[in-house]
Amino acid sequence: MLSIRNLHVSANNKPILKGVTLSVTSGEVHAIMGPNGSGKSTLAGALAGRPGYDVTEGEASFDGRNLLEMDPEERAREGLFMAFQYPVEIPGVNNAYFLKAALNAARKHRGEEELDAMEFMALVRDKAKLLQMDATMLNRAVNEGFSGGEKKRNEIFQMAVLEPRLAILDETDSGLDIDALKIVASGVNSMRSPDRAIVIVTHYQRLLNYIVPDVVHVLVDGRIVRSGGKELALELEDKGYGTADVEPAVAR
Amino acid sequence: MARVASRSEQYVTEFERFARTQGGSTPSWLGVLRQGAIESFGNTGFPTTRDEEWRFTSVAPITETTFARAQNGFDRAAAALSRHDIAYVGLDRVSAAELVFVNGRLAPSLSRTEGLTGSVLVRDLQSMLSSRPGALEPFLSRAIEYQDQAFAALNTAFLADGAVVWMPANAVLETPIHLVFISSPEASPTVSHPRVLIVAEENSQARVVETYAGPRGQVYFTNGVTDIFVGPAAMLDHYKIQQESAASFHVARIQARLRRGSQFTSHSLSFGGALVRNDVAAVMEDEGADCTLNGLYLADGHRLVDNHTTIDHARAHCTSHEIYKGILADRARAVFNGKIVVRADAQKTDAKQTNKALLLSDDALINSKPQLEIFANDVKCTHGAAVGQLDDDAIFYLRARGIALDEARAMLIHAFASDILNRVRIDPLRAQLEEELTEGLRLKA
Ligand SMILES: Nc1ncnc2c1ncn2[C@@H]1O[C@H](COP(=O)(O)OP(=O)(O)OP(=O)(O)O)[C@@H](O)[C@H]1O
Ligand SMILES: [Mg+2]
Repeated sequence: MLSIRNLHVSANNKPILKGVTLSVTSGEVHAIMGPNGSGKSTLAGALAGRPGYDVTEGEASFDGRNLLEMDPEERAREGLFMAFQYPVEIPGVNNAYFLKAALNAARKHRGEEELDAMEFMALVRDKAKLLQMDATMLNRAVNEGFSGGEKKRNEIFQMAVLEPRLAILDETDSGLDIDALKIVASGVNSMRSPDRAIVIVTHYQRLLNYIVPDVVHVLVDGRIVRSGGKELALELEDKGYGTADVEPAVAR
Repeated sequence: MARVASRSEQYVTEFERFARTQGGSTPSWLGVLRQGAIESFGNTGFPTTRDEEWRFTSVAPITETTFARAQNGFDRAAAALSRHDIAYVGLDRVSAAELVFVNGRLAPSLSRTEGLTGSVLVRDLQSMLSSRPGALEPFLSRAIEYQDQAFAALNTAFLADGAVVWMPANAVLETPIHLVFISSPEASPTVSHPRVLIVAEENSQARVVETYAGPRGQVYFTNGVTDIFVGPAAMLDHYKIQQESAASFHVARIQARLRRGSQFTSHSLSFGGALVRNDVAAVMEDEGADCTLNGLYLADGHRLVDNHTTIDHARAHCTSHEIYKGILADRARAVFNGKIVVRADAQKTDAKQTNKALLLSDDALINSKPQLEIFANDVKCTHGAAVGQLDDDAIFYLRARGIALDEARAMLIHAFASDILNRVRIDPLRAQLEEELTEGLRLKA
C-alpha cells in the first residue's frame, strides 16, 4: 500500500531524512519510534505533502501511484490521512462545516454521492459517540480553544469520519491522560481492517499496549536503524534508543 | 493645485445651471442651504493629500474625470431596467419597502412601498421637498458642518435626489426598508449626489439598507450623504452595501446623531469601486446612547478603499463598539482612520475599537490609524489593530483533509470576515453578502 524507497528530505537546505526505506502492507499497523528531532514528523509531513520539505532523493508511492507528485488535498482524497502532532486552530471555521467539506471532497473524488446535511450529521454523531466526544464541539471552530487532549481526540474523530485507507498518526498519544488514551486507542482499533494500514508515531510503549503493532521501526537521525516485532518497542522502552543503532536494521 | 481648483470650478458652473433649473418651487431655506454649500465647496475645492484627512487618498482620478450630472439620461436608463436586472441587490421578499433610484432619480416602476404600515414614511426626497419642505428643514439645515467636507458640501449644493425614511414615535418595523441606488450605463461618465435622510423618532425601531450598485466596468461617480437622527430610546440598524462597479468612484458620508438612550448600528460593507471613501460619523449627543460600527471591505487589483470613522462621545455614560475588517488582494490599498473623541463632559464613556486587515498579497497595503482624543478622565477606551496574512499552517491543515487550495483560502477568508457578517441580522442579506464575498474572491482566482 505504502512504499518508501531511499527517501531523502531537506527543510531549509538542512537534510533531515537521509534515506528512509519502508513498506507498509494493507491490514498492518506499524509503529515508528525514535528520539526527538530524528525526523518522524518530517516523514509524516513529507508523506502528507506539507510545504517546506524538499524531497532530494528517493520515492514514495501509495497504491502504486507516485505520492510525491500529488497535492496534499489529492493525497487526502486518495485516502491518506495524517493526524497532526500539533493540530492547528482555525478560528471562524466551523468544525462540522469543515469536516463535511473534507468528507464530500473525498466522496466526490471517489465518484460517490455527496452527503447532505442530515446524512452527514447522522454519521458524525455516530463517530462522536465512538470517541466519547461532546457533540457540541462540532459547532465550535476547528480546534479553537480545545485542550491538548481534545485536539488529539478530534484528529482521531476526523479519521473515523473520513475513513482513510492509510492513516499516519503523529504522536496522537502525547497529551492524553490514561482514560483518553484508552478511548483513542479503541477508536483506532475499531478502524483496523484488512484494507487499511495504520502508521503510529510514538515515543511510548504505553499506546502500543492498546494498539498492538505488527512492525516497529526505529528512526534515528533520519534513518530507520532497526525494525522488528512488537517486542522491539518494549526493548526500546527498557534500554532507550542508544542500543538501536548497534544492531542491523531489518527493513533495509 | 491650479488644476484642482479649475476642476472644482466646473462643479460651480454646473451648480449655476442646476440652481436655475430648480426655479420657483424651491423653498428659500433650501436655496440658502445649497448656496452656502457651493460657496464652501468653491472656497476649499477638492481635498488634496496635504489635507490630513486625505493624506493617503488622492482624489485626482475623480477630479481629472469630467462627469455629467447623471439624471440627463435618467428616463432612458430607467426604462431599460427591469426588476429582474436589479434582483441581485433586491431584498424583494423581506423588505417592507424598496425604493429604487436609477442614476440618482426615483424609478417608480421599480419601487414599491405597499408593505408599509401605519404612518411610517418612505418617500423620495424630491417629492418630499415639494410637498412637505417644512418637515425636512430642521433636519437638513442642521445636518452638515461641511467646512472640511468638500464632497458633502458638493452633495448639499446639488441636494435634490434621494430618499426620506421617517419613523414616527413608537413605530416598530419588523422588516427592513431598502433603498437601492443604481447607476446605469450612459455614453459618458456621470455623477449623482444621492441624499438620504433617516429620522427615527422617540422609541421607534427600524432597519434601513442602502445598496449602491452599477454595471460592471462602468465609470461613474456616486457622491452620497446620509443623515441619520436617532431619537430618544430609538433603535436604528443601518446597512450600507457598496457594490459599485470596479471602475467607479464612490464617496459617501453617513452622519448620525444619537439622542438619550438610543441605539445606532452602522454596517458598512464595501465591495466595489475603483476609489472609495466611506465616512461614518456618529455623535452621541445625549447620555446612555450606544453606537456600534461594523465594517467590512474588500479590494483587489489597483483599487483603493478609504474608511474614516468618527465616534464623538459628547455626553456621559455612552458606549461604542467598532470593528472594521479589510481584505486586500493584488496591489489594492486601504486606509482606515478611526477617530474616537471623548469630550470633557463624557465621563463613564466605554469605547472599544478594533481594526484588522488581511493581506492576500505582498503588494497589498493598508495605512491604519486609530485616533483617540480623550478629554475626560473617568473613561474606558481601548483600541487594537492587526494586519496579517492567511495562516499557512491552517491552509495546509485544510488541504491535508482533502480541501482544495482555493477552497481552503476561501474558507479562511470567510472565517476572517465571519464575525462582521454574522452581525448582519437580515438573513437573506447576509446570504447575499456571503455570496458577494465569494464572488469577489473568485474574480481574483
Ligand atoms: N522547516 C524546517 N527547517 C529547518 N529544520 C527543520 C524544519 N523542520 C524540521 N526541522 C528539523 O528537523 C529535525 C527533525 O524534526 P522532526 O519534527 O521531524 O522530528 P521528530 O522526530 O518528529 O521529533 P519529535 O519527537 O520531537 O516530534 C529537527 O532537528 C528539526 O528541528
Ligand atoms: Mg514530531
